[in-house]
Amino acid sequence: MNNRIKKLRKASIEAPYKLSAERALLVTSFYSEEDPDKNSIPVQRALCFRHIILNKSICINPGELIAGERGPAPKAAPTYPEICLHSLDDLDIISSRKKVAFEADEEFRRVYKDIVIPFWKGRTQRDKIFGNMSSRWLEAYRAGVFTEFQEQRAPGHTVAGKNVFLKGMRDYREEIHEALSRLDFNNDPVAFEKREELKAMDIAAYSLMDFASRYAVELEKLAEKERDPERAKELKDMALICRRVPAGAPSTFHEALQHYWFIHLGVITELNPWDSFNPGRLDRHLYPFYRKEIDSGTLTRERAKELLQSFWIKFNNHPSPPKTGVTAQESNTYSDFTLINAGGVNEDGSDAVNELSYLILDVIEEMRLIQPGTMVQISKKNPDTFVKRALEVVKTGFGQPSLFNTDAIIQQLLSQGKSITDARNGGASGCVETGAFGTEAYILTGYFNLNKILEITLNNGTDPATGKKTGIKTGDPSSFKSFHELYEAFEKQLEYFASIKTEGNNIIEKLYSLNMPAPLLSVITEDCIRKGRDYNSGGARYNTRYIQGVGLGSITDNLASICFNVFDERSVTMKVMLKALKANFKRHEELRHNLVYQTPKWGNNDDYADRFAVMVFNSFYNAVNGKLSSCGGTFRINLLPTTCHVYFGSVTGAMPDGRLSGQPLSEGISPVQGADTKGPTAVIMSAAKIDHIKTGGTLLNQKFSPSFFSGSESIDKMVSLVRTYFRLDGHHVQFNVTDAKTLRDAKKNPEKYRDLIVRVAGYSDYFNDLGETLQDEIIRRTEHSGL
Amino acid sequence: MKGVIFDIKHFSVHDGPGIRTTVFFKGCPLRCIWCHNPEGQLLEPENFTRVNMLEGTEFKVDSQAGNIVTAGDVMQEIEKDRVFYEESGGGVTFSGGEPFARPVFLFSLLEKCNEAGIHTAIDTCGYAGAGEIKTAIPLTNLFLFDLKLANKDEHEKYTGVSNKRILENLKIISSEGKEIFIRIPLVEDITDTEKNLTGLREIMLEHPGITRIDLLPRHNIAVSKYKRFGKKVYRGGEKPYNREKSERIRDFFLEKFPVVTIGG
Repeated sequence: MNNRIKKLRKASIEAPYKLSAERALLVTSFYSEEDPDKNSIPVQRALCFRHIILNKSICINPGELIAGERGPAPKAAPTYPEICLHSLDDLDIISSRKKVAFEADEEFRRVYKDIVIPFWKGRTQRDKIFGNMSSRWLEAYRAGVFTEFQEQRAPGHTVAGKNVFLKGMRDYREEIHEALSRLDFNNDPVAFEKREELKAMDIAAYSLMDFASRYAVELEKLAEKERDPERAKELKDMALICRRVPAGAPSTFHEALQHYWFIHLGVITELNPWDSFNPGRLDRHLYPFYRKEIDSGTLTRERAKELLQSFWIKFNNHPSPPKTGVTAQESNTYSDFTLINAGGVNEDGSDAVNELSYLILDVIEEMRLIQPGTMVQISKKNPDTFVKRALEVVKTGFGQPSLFNTDAIIQQLLSQGKSITDARNGGASGCVETGAFGTEAYILTGYFNLNKILEITLNNGTDPATGKKTGIKTGDPSSFKSFHELYEAFEKQLEYFASIKTEGNNIIEKLYSLNMPAPLLSVITEDCIRKGRDYNSGGARYNTRYIQGVGLGSITDNLASICFNVFDERSVTMKVMLKALKANFKRHEELRHNLVYQTPKWGNNDDYADRFAVMVFNSFYNAVNGKLSSCGGTFRINLLPTTCHVYFGSVTGAMPDGRLSGQPLSEGISPVQGADTKGPTAVIMSAAKIDHIKTGGTLLNQKFSPSFFSGSESIDKMVSLVRTYFRLDGHHVQFNVTDAKTLRDAKKNPEKYRDLIVRVAGYSDYFNDLGETLQDEIIRRTEHSGL
Repeated sequence: MKGVIFDIKHFSVHDGPGIRTTVFFKGCPLRCIWCHNPEGQLLEPENFTRVNMLEGTEFKVDSQAGNIVTAGDVMQEIEKDRVFYEESGGGVTFSGGEPFARPVFLFSLLEKCNEAGIHTAIDTCGYAGAGEIKTAIPLTNLFLFDLKLANKDEHEKYTGVSNKRILENLKIISSEGKEIFIRIPLVEDITDTEKNLTGLREIMLEHPGITRIDLLPRHNIAVSKYKRFGKKVYRGGEKPYNREKSERIRDFFLEKFPVVTIGG
């Protein structure tokens, strides 16, 4: 890392997390002045976007090579009052909470109190959503049966495809104009709607060009004032780049990065899809620029690395906007869930690993930042050298990159009906979510609490936490004669809650389609222009809606425990079991000991327990998969938690696997913390028993002590472990390489470990920023010692 | 055919090539005073009290070290990780205790692995009958052979048996052209003296089949096991072995052998 990067990195890490009222004020002034009858909603949204980026402050940081900040300064996070309005109480919580806090200064509070809150109160998307939900939806939501992503963030979850690097805004505008000229008002009943959408996209496209021009002007000014001739030249060059991109397609490596960065800023300023917008297959996209310039001598490997590192810092400067309420609990992070992909295959199916794939790994290793998140795609066609190099970076112990199975991802996409080319251009984003990059809107809609549903089943439809009838009556479990009866009851409750969830989703989807088009995101998402349809209205080539199951390990152990102890071994009656759960195992300690230590558990390659994982997986899949959404999408499942296993655990009482009330549930498809005692191969064999190909991503977390990665021979064995999991169609695995001792010490002495980054669940975060429960849970996760 | 097994460890990465499953036989003719697996010494199952912790409360459970199992049972467990062996070039390692302490059971398992096409390794102290060693040779892909003390009296003092038979068996395996990894436990002032290490190096130089040496620094994990089995802890066993010292010893062997590891 050279001096420039060291300085930039330090500045980025040390910049305070602050709230900026700039965007909120601009949006408010736009809507206060806009005549609602003058323009259609898509055009209004485009003009609002234009208003923001033409008036927001320009920020160029000393020494940087890639320009552009979403806020007025690094880590100054804007808010999105048209989606979710933070109350003054929210601001107090956000600025004073121990973890993931943002400073909200006096000025911010003043403008919120005087201008933003009075204007938006009762008018936000969030208000509309909650106002439109049925009482049974609200009941289930409050009980913690599921969460709702869109209650404070716009639908996001898409990734830039290859065309973003091949086209400039001028090219997109040409396509838009052509689509406009083809509109047939005589025969097409929705030609008008299309025209408005296309007009909006056009405004968004040229506004982004204007935004870049503002940067060019400022850079030129700075260049003139600059005394250091070397920096002055850099600033001039940067200005020139901002004049060329994103208006035109990039032609150099540096231009490609700056080009993407403007688009990125546009997308995350327009709305707040904080889950995951990112450049996707970065090694593939950048390689042509890299090769051409290396061959012609206008770029060196060192310079390319410096530019990539500058690019990395831009991501780190952009935390996700602050969340409140349930959303803060399900996804409590600064991470914006960008996930840069390296490796995998080319469009023609050939090995895509190139020089840049390795350079990106070098960058990840040196930068050690929580953002951008990074992953490697591993296909059977990729060389072991690449996997080995990735594991060497993993070994350095900050949870990056995570490892993904390209061949499984392609099968998943194909089974969802994507073309082979679009499938090969895909990857994983966010935590582990499969997507066809550039051609798909795959929107995460909320987490689904499988264990709460079992708890409600065990109480015949009542939520014991509130005494309310949250579910349906499926019978008193004490009267069940067989495990089969219990499972049928559970399945009915699951189907009931899944239908409430999708019902709500369909309303929310319409609310976004009608009120919150995203014209810029539509410009760059394939087929929106051709169809004249917005990203939020099903304009993308493929539209998928995900519901994310949480706690597969816990639900498996709970069902296994009931089957084993109540019906097979008959060591405890259902009555006593239910009594013990109600008492949170008080005075039932001996029973709890048996449930924890003497009962089959998921993650040990034991079919007795593992078959329940397969059963629940199939029930969840059947309840959700294939249903159509209101804007032409298809509902599908994936299995990942972010931090939701902690929230869902907090609302779920004591369970038959011996888990105490309020404790975290298992995360992703990983075993319950500490339940896997047969080592990593057994975990992998268990995890591979569910059909990953039917999902849009699963998350498996394994914690290893550093000794497992010592020496080349050990890394070879880790390569084999990963390859085996992937041969069995496993979707993703990530390794936490930190010993429990270090983590315990870090919890006690946070000041000594300010830079300690750990893998949480599909993303990495500073250990110090994690809530105490999550810290404890990470410490508890089985540490496979290398003895 | 039945035997007594006290553990089957999956994903063992230090007992031969690739990802392996290690099967621990119960029963050992040696009584090394630094023994890492005291529960592997007696041939028959032993009762002990396992203590499970739950939120700070102790739960005592009557447990047994060692299960009487058939070769078929063991094979079922070995087969579970076949896909990992195939991917990594791994297989099964028979360890203990001492696998040759139950030779017929061992041969039965070796035959079954050969039929199933699974790579086999035996981790042995070398104290076995010559005939038994000869029977095992064609069924075994790799020997992990322990050498502890070069001097026969010292060997007897610290392990309970003379090393005469051990060295003869090493010769037999070596003369058959089998691949051998030598494993040397490093114990302060007993096996790690200059005299002993020089002696061991001389012995090893006579055997061209030795392709690698694994140095196994005495480990302090055995302490809790000793306590559990009510056995006396070896003096000095509470602290980990000195890292620099093991590195110096590695360099000493590297002068004559190409591959020497610490920790296997």
